[in-house]
Amino acid sequence: MNRYPWWKYLILAAALLVGVLYTLPNFFGEAPAVQVSSGKVTLKVDASLTQRVGSILNEAGLKPDLLQFDGNSVKARFGDTDAQIKAKDALSHALNPEPDNPSYIVALNLLSRSPGWLAALHALPMYLGLDLRGGVHFLMQVDMQAALSKRAESLTGDVRTLLRDKNIRHAGITRDDQAVDVRFRDEPTRTEALNLLADQLQDMDWTESGSGDQLLLMGRLKPKAAALVQAQAVKQNITTLQNRVNELGVSEPVIQQQGLDRVVVQLPGVQDTAKAKDIIGRTATLEIRMVNESAEAREAERGAAPVPFGSERYLERGGRPIIVLRQVILTGENLTDAQPGFDGQTREPTVNLTLDAKGARIFRDVTRENVGKRMAILLFEKGKGEVVTAPVIRTEIGGGRVQISGRMTTTEAADQALLLRAGSLAAPMEIIEERTVGPSLGADNISKGFSSVIWGFVAIGVFMCTYYMLFGVFSTLALAFNLLLLVAVLSMLQATLTLPGIAAVALTLGMAIDANVLINERVREELRGGAAPQVAIHAGYERAWGTILDSNVTTLIAGVALLAFGSGPVRGFAVVHCLGILTSMFSAVVFSRGLVNFWYGRQKRLKSVAIGQIWRPDGGGTAVESATPPKA
Amino acid sequence: MEFFRIRRDIPFMRHALVLNVISFLTFAAAVFFLATRGLHLSIEFTGGTVLEVRYAQPADIDKTRRTVEGLGLGDVQVQNFGTSRDVLIRLPVRGDARGDVLGASVFEALCKAEDGAVGNKAYVTPQGEAISRPSCDRGSAEPLTLSRTEFVGPSVGAELYEKGAYALLATIAGIMLYLAIRFEWKFSVAAIAANLHDVVIILGFFAFFQWEFSLAVLAAVLAVLGYSVNESVVIFDRIRESFRKYRKMTTPQVIDNAITGTISRTIITHGSTQVMVLSMLIFGGPTLHYFALALTIGILFGIYSSVFVAAAIAMWLGVKREDLVKAGAREHDPNDPNAGAVV
Repeated sequence: MNRYPWWKYLILAAALLVGVLYTLPNFFGEAPAVQVSSGKVTLKVDASLTQRVGSILNEAGLKPDLLQFDGNSVKARFGDTDAQIKAKDALSHALNPEPDNPSYIVALNLLSRSPGWLAALHALPMYLGLDLRGGVHFLMQVDMQAALSKRAESLTGDVRTLLRDKNIRHAGITRDDQAVDVRFRDEPTRTEALNLLADQLQDMDWTESGSGDQLLLMGRLKPKAAALVQAQAVKQNITTLQNRVNELGVSEPVIQQQGLDRVVVQLPGVQDTAKAKDIIGRTATLEIRMVNESAEAREAERGAAPVPFGSERYLERGGRPIIVLRQVILTGENLTDAQPGFDGQTREPTVNLTLDAKGARIFRDVTRENVGKRMAILLFEKGKGEVVTAPVIRTEIGGGRVQISGRMTTTEAADQALLLRAGSLAAPMEIIEERTVGPSLGADNISKGFSSVIWGFVAIGVFMCTYYMLFGVFSTLALAFNLLLLVAVLSMLQATLTLPGIAAVALTLGMAIDANVLINERVREELRGGAAPQVAIHAGYERAWGTILDSNVTTLIAGVALLAFGSGPVRGFAVVHCLGILTSMFSAVVFSRGLVNFWYGRQKRLKSVAIGQIWRPDGGGTAVESATPPKA
Repeated sequence: MEFFRIRRDIPFMRHALVLNVISFLTFAAAVFFLATRGLHLSIEFTGGTVLEVRYAQPADIDKTRRTVEGLGLGDVQVQNFGTSRDVLIRLPVRGDARGDVLGASVFEALCKAEDGAVGNKAYVTPQGEAISRPSCDRGSAEPLTLSRTEFVGPSVGAELYEKGAYALLATIAGIMLYLAIRFEWKFSVAAIAANLHDVVIILGFFAFFQWEFSLAVLAAVLAVLGYSVNESVVIFDRIRESFRKYRKMTTPQVIDNAITGTISRTIITHGSTQVMVLSMLIFGGPTLHYFALALTIGILFGIYSSVFVAAAIAMWLGVKREDLVKAGAREHDPNDPNAGAVV
């Protein structure tokens, strides 16, 4: 009766194997590594850099244990810190010929030492939270009102252009916070304008008000469009932050959206909030200037003559020098948006810029006077400028909508649009929560959390084994299996482990033993009631199951509520707690039953079960170490 | 070994009235302290700035306090944290000062008080991770280091407060609903009343001793709520079974029988969980201290309330055999997961 079919044992063995496999990476620890990432917005790191890094290290006589490209950086792992520091020197020397203007960031950090075949199975160590490894955490609030105002500003320009194009006379267009007000003197004009605007600007809702010759048309963003603006603002801010954080050379920065309008930035290994804030808060600026196309400037471009007075020499993205005038026509402040797109007629990829009202006016004047000449769009970062693009002006451009086209692929257009946007944050951000944890405190927290789990486990194990004898051993093994599964699942999901998370592991283990106690007590009770051992085991497990399910469901309800409403450290607790409840049901019921069946199930004439002394009220409490069934 | 050698059912319900009066008085005291003293909320809820600094020698708390108070930042709290060298400084939210720069300026002032100069240390750990941190240097020595800072804006705090309340409500509603479906509304009400009584008593302890109520403590309170309810569930399960088995017993007798039958399991599981929690209390350090403390109180009162309070309330509510044992045909429903094995 207490036998599992072979496939049930197979499932248990598979679970054990998976558990061991995914828990394994956590034991290898971390090794020193060097990380190479892009130091400039305009430079993209790709797989080819891996080979370059490999050959540089080879020349320096260094052999990395592992060399890998992970999307935006190349990492090389070494056996000891000596090799790591040598590698860093060799790499920064070779990759950055100009140390004061580095193209690549070469930083020291740590990489898991687990072997490649485990990583290939996606078996990675648990991701440690900042409270365990030390670092800074920022929670930033994106100022959505500002993003909406900015959008309204650009729409104001659109409205002005549309009305002028159709020759509709208005009595003034102004932006009132996030609304666009258009004034009219008579009703027919307003109706005409309304039809046009409702047709052309589908993102806006228009309301009419006023009377006599003080007619007003007020436009607001539709809620859907406003939500889109906000989503884009957060996305752009995250992109910008990512570019800036790369510079810190942090191994695993976390930059994530939280809720609708918040961004979490976590930088492990950094404690210096001042520097982190400085880098996060820095703005790259965009400038539009004219290219100096005089004969002297052309000479200077070739390096044959000095740079003419009133001009400056900058490099284009390809590395070609270009001479631009010092005078700034527009700055990034006036640029409201940059998007990749396609030309209506030629189907060529383009980059479409949108300027605000002031920018549009200046741009129209400048382009009218300079048809056929080149203008340059420069991006300044850390005080260094670079030319993103230098298009030729074909016609006068009014209305603030600029299209840059010619000899671009779709990816190039997308990259350029990103660059033009990347300079600035879509909306200002404010730090609303900040946490720093020192590295020694983090290590301290790990050891404290670890020892609470271990000592608690040992105490429970010792008690169970003495009180329930062999069944206690089974229960303890099941509890160990539960711990193994929990760690494996956490590693598999790459959930962040925090100190509250470790506390949840401890608490879950403490609660998980409940199921085994229930089962063991039930089995004892059946034996006390006079059941034969095999029957008692069977009935004990069967009867306890309903209760175990009930009690776990109520605990799970509390866990899920925490998961849904909690944030930050509580979330970490809730995730582990919920997962732990699920793994404990499996291990306490299925796994421990498997052990019991394996041990006792094959014995046909089972006389006694080692579950500790069974005391019977009528028997007067004779001390027998194992229960013998009554003679029937 | 067998700890519980009980010959006859213990007449728990005979003392139900007395015990309920005691519960009510504890509950009233907890509510009283909550109302008069209030909870000492951590900055996660109130907003503000916390700094934890470690001195090279045992810290002179008074000196530190004077230094921080000298900055005129309002109602600051300075206290030891864990060891005599670790000091925790709490600063309230101030309308005018920016919270995120406050921490740095306090550290600078503390550093000056130790005749040091604030600098920046960048180094590589023995493992090979590059680390930079603010430091306070006096010659080659470092009189104090910054272990941790935390700044929470007031809006975040208010939000957490709200979310915490939602989490509590969702847990209560979810558990009640589950129990009502699984058992009967009388049990559902009894279980929640008993366990909310635990929650209020935990909060009462935190209010009375003015222990810090943080997010972790809230998590502990909710975990205890789920956990103690399962204690009541086990007893209710037994009550249902006893109603089926012993047709001649009265309701109090059935309840006594069920509690007696489960008491050994109750004590052992709670003991095991308590061992784990004690291990956290002993080894977990100051960060987990109040978390473990809340759990300890919760677990102890959890035993008490499920044994003495929940069942008694169900009894006062007039739970009957007919409520739980439905018509005879359903009693032997083979699909009923609660029927147990028919041997």
